[in-house]
Amino acid sequence: MFIYFLCLILFCVGLYCALRRRNIIKIIIGLSIMEYAVNLFFILIGYRWQGRAPIEAADQNILRMVDPIPQALILTSIVIGLSVLALLVGIAIRIFEKFKTFDITKIKKLRG
Amino acid sequence: MINLLPLFPVISLAGAFLIPLIGRNKKGVSDAITFICTLALFGLSIVSLFISKEKSLLVYSIGGWKPPLGICFVLDGLSAFMLVTLNIVSFLIAIYSISYMEKYTDKYKFYSLFMLMVAGMNGVILTGDIFNLFVFLEIASVASYALVAYGTEEEELEAAFKYAVMGTIASSFILLGIGLLYAYTSTLNMADLSGVIVAKGGGLLLPFVTVLFIAGFGIKSALVPFHAWLPDAHPSAPASISAMLSGVLIKILGIYSLSRILFNVFGVNKFTLLVLMVLGAISLLIGVFLAIGQWDFKRLLAYHSISQVGYIVLAIGLGTPLGILAGLFHLFNHSVFKSLLFLNSGAVEYATGTRDLKAMGGLRQRMPITATTSWIASMAISGVPPFNGFWSKLIIIIACVQSGRIGFAIVAVVGSILTLASFMKVQKYAFFGGLNKKFENIKEVPFCMQLSMYLFAIICIFAAVLLIPRISAYFINPAQEALLSGHRYAVMVLGGGKL
Amino acid sequence: MKKETGMTLIVKTVTRLTVGLILLFGIYIVLHGHLTPGGGFAGGVIIALSFIHLMLAFGKDIALKKLSQTRSAILESIGAILFLVISILGLLLSGVFFFNIFIHKGQPFSLFSAGIIPLANIAIAIKVGVGLFSIFIVLVVLQAIKKE
Repeated sequence: MFIYFLCLILFCVGLYCALRRRNIIKIIIGLSIMEYAVNLFFILIGYRWQGRAPIEAADQNILRMVDPIPQALILTSIVIGLSVLALLVGIAIRIFEKFKTFDITKIKKLRG
Repeated sequence: MINLLPLFPVISLAGAFLIPLIGRNKKGVSDAITFICTLALFGLSIVSLFISKEKSLLVYSIGGWKPPLGICFVLDGLSAFMLVTLNIVSFLIAIYSISYMEKYTDKYKFYSLFMLMVAGMNGVILTGDIFNLFVFLEIASVASYALVAYGTEEEELEAAFKYAVMGTIASSFILLGIGLLYAYTSTLNMADLSGVIVAKGGGLLLPFVTVLFIAGFGIKSALVPFHAWLPDAHPSAPASISAMLSGVLIKILGIYSLSRILFNVFGVNKFTLLVLMVLGAISLLIGVFLAIGQWDFKRLLAYHSISQVGYIVLAIGLGTPLGILAGLFHLFNHSVFKSLLFLNSGAVEYATGTRDLKAMGGLRQRMPITATTSWIASMAISGVPPFNGFWSKLIIIIACVQSGRIGFAIVAVVGSILTLASFMKVQKYAFFGGLNKKFENIKEVPFCMQLSMYLFAIICIFAAVLLIPRISAYFINPAQEALLSGHRYAVMVLGGGKL
Repeated sequence: MKKETGMTLIVKTVTRLTVGLILLFGIYIVLHGHLTPGGGFAGGVIIALSFIHLMLAFGKDIALKKLSQTRSAILESIGAILFLVISILGLLLSGVFFFNIFIHKGQPFSLFSAGIIPLANIAIAIKVGVGLFSIFIVLVVLQAIKKE
């Protein structure tokens, strides 16, 4: 139980970072921490007591394996996180070109 | 005809991947591919409407692996209804974009991203597996972040960044909810999840996951505590993308997914419905109050989107058959007239180069078709008979009164009156009145844009026909029954229901 | 006199020796995706890393000579279309990803087994590898245009 709470605390740390930081790059780092925390949570869910890696081998008799489904799910999730990160970094570079700053309190053209 | 179902994502993905390969250098090739793909999807969705009426629930297992082991595509009344809505709107907007996107560079990249977004949304509607829903949701969302930033001006980049950050936080909430559900039930298929939840009971986990899902899908559909990205993202995007976002994306990724999960997988109880109704009512009021003071045409339309989504969520949150019927019909109507309004504002911007209402005036004399269709759409959204908005708002108010919630009915009426007021303002400042000296020489917009606006306006005028019992038995009633059937959805998917 | 781009001579020599091995390792992970951990995505990332390594050590021009921007865009689309063609072939013979119509399931634990999965892995690896490399090119080219 304790491990799951630590994982959720990591998620909340990432959420805090994405909400309260003023630099765009720090916000992006906060989002990445959130995504990694959720991926970690998935893997922790799949653990079975004294299980080993879910790979068949021709010459061994395997008693207990961890759950392979969360591992497949987080592969997809890591790819999605990578593509979102690439897009955000591209947008951040363009913002720096146009606004000459990374501070979000100064990027306020749209109001009202 | 069961091989019809996987064609929806396959055709749109094929379009999205072929366009960068072939349409790179020659003009018009990417336009042709997009037109053919969206036309094919539109035809297929009408065919699927007839199929779902005959067989009432179709299950297609991918790879031959039967559910609950494998991923399946499920076509029931609600899916057919949403497919038709999505494909009509995307087809007409694709026609519009043929002329409108001439003002931006690299048109083939736009079309590729557009087809990716359509593929993602088609997948979200059809799938019967909750993680597959998440994957398609992400495909559509990431494509839309890139599309909002398409012109790379300052406003667009800032709006796209805000939208991307909030959308990513929403996706993390949704993924966390899916993880918790998987840990509790150890299955991912939506029908099987429903069966296990009925057997095991919810316990403490189910309210927590419900809150996570309402937060995650609420950010995607811009309900009121989570609406902050919408007034920046919708105005800055190119007009066809604003129409797609406001017309279909926020509804399919937000409202459809939320109602499918809450009604069919979890099973609603009174507390969840009350939360939905309160959020809907607050969105109604705040959207309309913030919209009245706006002078930017598209920003005003964006605030009205928040308010109309509030109507839909209020109606679906009632839980009674009449309420769900009203909510779904209003969803269809809003897709049509809000897209038409955004396309009009795009046409005005194409011709005059400005979005400020104070600088326009009397455009009716030079742009007659835009002015007429805009008048039709404004009458429809304000709820003036005989256009389609009137019927859906009337049924929402009747459903509220019928289930005894007089307060919510009064809120709905007040919202409708204020909507009428703000659209009178738009019409007066933009289209009626004297012609501004700067705009003496503007012409009407090109043919493709006119054609698409015409077709939308025709649907606006005649959509009331969909309520006649013989036709609504095909279109809206199956959708209403699919949502109301709750846990019986699971029994039908796992047991029979396949060809 | 031509300006020296890239990193020092030691880095360039080591890169010349190891880049081919990294590419080969990536291809090994892709092809054995159904036997050992890895598969299309992880192998694709390693293949992309070999090209990025070339760019980091030698500078952008030499890396772009190996795989130019338009060619990488075309390769990326080809990878995606290959995946779609594999799935449609199954569709034509009923079932979207159908296994043993034209490819045997084979013996477990041997290299030519498990139906369609190795082909799908190869398609994904092409798309992911070339895609990551073109993301990197775009970020670098943007920076170079800004400096001029």
